[in-house]
Amino acid sequence: MTMTADTLERRQDRRPWLKRVADASEPYLYSAPSLVLIIAVMLVPLVIGVSYAFRDIQLLNPFSGGFIGLDHFRALSQDAAFYGALKNTLLWTGASVLLQFIFGLILALLLDKPFWGRGVVQALVFLPWAVPSFLAGLNWAWLFNPVIGPIPHWLFALGLMSEPANILSDPQHAMWGPIIANVWWGIPFFAITLLAALQAIPRDLYEAASIDGAGWFQRFYSITLPFLAPTIAITVLLRTVWVSNFADLIVVMTGGGPADRTQIVASYIFTQAFKRLDFGYASAIALVLLVLLLAYSMLIILLRQTLLNKD
Amino acid sequence: MKRSLLPTIAHRLAILCYIIFALFPLFWLLKVSVTPNDLLYTEGVRMWPSRTTFEHYSFVIQHSAFPTFFKNSLIVSASTAIVVTICASLSGYALSRFNFRAKYWIVALMLLTQMFPLVMLVAPIFKILTPLHLTNSLTGLVVVYTAFNVPFATFLMQSFFDGIPKDLEEAAMIDGATQFTAFRQIILPLTLPGIAATLGFVFTAAWSELLFALMLINGNDAATFPVGLLTFVSKFSVDFGQMMAAGVLALIPAGLFFLLIQRYLVQGLTAGAVKG
Repeated sequence: MTMTADTLERRQDRRPWLKRVADASEPYLYSAPSLVLIIAVMLVPLVIGVSYAFRDIQLLNPFSGGFIGLDHFRALSQDAAFYGALKNTLLWTGASVLLQFIFGLILALLLDKPFWGRGVVQALVFLPWAVPSFLAGLNWAWLFNPVIGPIPHWLFALGLMSEPANILSDPQHAMWGPIIANVWWGIPFFAITLLAALQAIPRDLYEAASIDGAGWFQRFYSITLPFLAPTIAITVLLRTVWVSNFADLIVVMTGGGPADRTQIVASYIFTQAFKRLDFGYASAIALVLLVLLLAYSMLIILLRQTLLNKD
Repeated sequence: MKRSLLPTIAHRLAILCYIIFALFPLFWLLKVSVTPNDLLYTEGVRMWPSRTTFEHYSFVIQHSAFPTFFKNSLIVSASTAIVVTICASLSGYALSRFNFRAKYWIVALMLLTQMFPLVMLVAPIFKILTPLHLTNSLTGLVVVYTAFNVPFATFLMQSFFDGIPKDLEEAAMIDGATQFTAFRQIILPLTLPGIAATLGFVFTAAWSELLFALMLINGNDAATFPVGLLTFVSKFSVDFGQMMAAGVLALIPAGLFFLLIQRYLVQGLTAGAVKG
């Protein structure tokens, strides 16, 4: 009798403790599969990759591999091509992300309300996202080529060009070739994420606002935008990081030329690693890019935090 | 009646512009794929060649390893999409509903892994996968693609969970359900549009990935379709007609997949269930 009372009492003591452990570990259990994968397949390789930046790693040189400290970074600070690539990355990323976002948002708003044939329209306008990036780059390089593509002839007919020439070989405007290809490719990304977020807004909010006499713009500004804000913040942030690391289109379409005018940091890394086979130097550039992107992300997150606190 | 007609026309016109912009480059792909080789450059700027041919298509289907590439791509993309969506629903739910100490570290880790160029990860990943016998295998590709896609998918799912009021699970938990049951039976069905969007993204990302498919796989048996496209770039010339034909064929499953999931994408949440 005393035994059972004793165990019962202990059990009553233990239950909250067990429950506390269970409650505390619950979020970790939910995140465990993702975390294990990310750490094993991304974080560990990333650390190894970063370590190359402090070593002399050249694939064709069997005597390389030694620790050289900050030598790569000293060389990098003198590298004029790197500063040029940094400037080009700003234009490439800024223009690509801004245009993709604006056109993606408009497309999502256009597709938000049901209309006849919406399913087919959605499937069609989202198709560019499914094209492999190098095929997209090759195809757009063709479209811009006056021998096998129509775009130069259209621009000529519109009077925007004095003769049908390839925009990709014009040092002044070459960057806009890959940017247009990137916008074409990336609009579906914003359209799908924003459309899915739009669908989650309760419809009765709009009805209530309409009854109160709110116009289209007022409803957009005070209902749609606040609901979309979290999705917009995370998609724009991620997309910026991706686009600045995205070299495929540039490598395929221009290879960084003419005269390095379209060379961005990501394509410069690609060139150093796979053309010059200097993985150490490529890794040093990648590390600088990583630090810059980290600073940018922190800025965005801080900005978002202050905006949220103000409300 | 007249007042509502004008916005409708403007709406349809805008949609039409998007369709033209999205499809014209794909139309060009199609045009090149049916142009006979001798007319490729002489009729390069014509909207449609004076003679068309399907020989590129019949070559791709009958004489290349394309059916194998296709099957491999389908297996890899579908498996990746499913595994990522399961992992990301769980971790996205954790980020959305719990306040725990490591939360910000997890977000920071996921963001950090997106900031390093994948080019620099190839060699280390190869070194890690080799002793596990995961190079040159479709499973290895699925593992790598899953890890690449989980961070974004997690954020995406989190934003969808954030849009669902907490009262729904709280009501279920008062009735005696555990949080996991509430998550599975109440929250997940409400996030169907989000799940569809996530599936769609991951599927296409895996479908078109080239770098790792190229580096981790050698030989045709486990090669995916983007690698297959490169086989048309021979030592001497690029057979653009065949390459474009293969590219057009490869777009068909992706298009079908979008058609399939768009129903869920637009389904929306029933307004009644979300009422606070």
